[in-house]
Amino acid sequence: MIAFEDVAHDYGGGPLFREVSVRLEPGSFHFLTGPSGAGKSTFLKLCYGELLPSFGVVRLMDRDVRTLSRDALAETRERIGVVHQDCQFLDHLSVEQNVGLPLTATGRPLREADLSDLLGWVGLGEQAEALPPTLSGGERQRAALARAIIAAPNVLLADEPTGNLDWEMSQRLMMLMIELNRMGTAVLIATHDLQLIRFAKAQVNARVMRIAGRRLQIAGADL
Amino acid sequence: MSAREISRLVVPNRGQSVWLVLLSASAMAFLAVFALALSVTSAQLARNWSAALAQTATVRISAPPEEIEAQTAIVLEVLRTTPGIAEANVMVAAEQAALLEAWLGPDLPLDALPLPRLIELTETEEGPDRQGLRLRLAAEAPGAVFDDHTRWRRPLAEAAGRLRAFALVSLGLIGGVTAAIVVLASSAALASNGQVIRVLRLVGARDRFIALAFVRRISSRAFIGAAAGTALGMLALRALPEAGGNVHLLSGLGFSGAGWLLPLAIPPLAMVLAWAASMATAFKLLREVT
Repeated sequence: MIAFEDVAHDYGGGPLFREVSVRLEPGSFHFLTGPSGAGKSTFLKLCYGELLPSFGVVRLMDRDVRTLSRDALAETRERIGVVHQDCQFLDHLSVEQNVGLPLTATGRPLREADLSDLLGWVGLGEQAEALPPTLSGGERQRAALARAIIAAPNVLLADEPTGNLDWEMSQRLMMLMIELNRMGTAVLIATHDLQLIRFAKAQVNARVMRIAGRRLQIAGADL
Repeated sequence: MSAREISRLVVPNRGQSVWLVLLSASAMAFLAVFALALSVTSAQLARNWSAALAQTATVRISAPPEEIEAQTAIVLEVLRTTPGIAEANVMVAAEQAALLEAWLGPDLPLDALPLPRLIELTETEEGPDRQGLRLRLAAEAPGAVFDDHTRWRRPLAEAAGRLRAFALVSLGLIGGVTAAIVVLASSAALASNGQVIRVLRLVGARDRFIALAFVRRISSRAFIGAAAGTALGMLALRALPEAGGNVHLLSGLGFSGAGWLLPLAIPPLAMVLAWAASMATAFKLLREVT
């Protein structure tokens, strides 16, 4: 689904990481951890084609990202849901319009009932008409999650999705992602919150990857 | 909500670029109405001047008083027998006085002046063989000079033609400036809506969708601005003094009859121009952004 083959990335000051080879299989659950600045966000950006690797091959849905046209890359992104820590929205549109964007902006039909169900599932049924700036941090993260999954993506990528949330809200958001994974979506979460990883590993069979010393290590069960 | 509906909403309705397009399209359309009117009027002037002078000519007879009547009779006979001459009338003294009054004033003693005799001709559609007529007159009435008004018509036609060219160049310049402003406004709109572009990219929107969202906003503002400018320009033309039956450059600037429909093409043309310019700009800038 997403495969890295001997990938290195360099912003110009030496490789952030190198010799990274890993595959994210359908239905898998991965955490990506490591110290700040290790390259977790860069790794995620490579996963949805926002960045191209400096070296090696990144395959998205079995296609080399370098060979994708701009439209083909956009089409590939339809199958990848992304949640950022800062979860940007179009602040002049309502929550439900923002959540529906992955479908409406790509010309796919949006059923009001599905949208309503999804907002209810993430606990935002009451805030459907609200504007994003009026939402709390937790509500914004859940809205971003709803937007990331409304198009039923094959993969969900989340970059520090609980970075601004309290523990209770973090658990709630994590349970939503675990539930999504149980429905078949592959999940990759970049986080440095080991407590959250332990919480998730108690619920789901998750693998932990760690970027350290400019290499990607697949961690064992113990953290 | 459909893709088309959401496309209208994704770009916030704010920013200086919106006003820039609105005001510049309005001003340019206002100027375009005048340039168009100048073009139409100069073409009309050229037609009017040509039509007024095209089928008329004059024979001027300058001769000593004792020979003037004889030469006049000879010229009239020559004209009567020349194919292509429909009518020939000797201008009486009062008619000549009326012609000169505009230049020399009413009090001038015209009777004391040695004025030439003038014969006004009306030509048929085919007209006479001018060179042949000149040679016959020179042979039979040496004091007679045939004047077909070419020396008047040519500079008038040239002046009208240059005015028209000037108006058309002005229209081209107005279009160019409008396109340049739209390019500037499109760049500004895209630059100031980085978050919109990032979010749309994130959700898988194609460049075409993103570009159209901006292009629709800009071209609709161009249409509204141009419509307002065109309406103002047309009102200003209507406010100019009426020319009566004659078309003069200043008092007759404007349109007549169905010609008033011409400026109505300016707003849609402005919209098409804005569409093309902003679409090209948007695609170019989006290609530069990962």
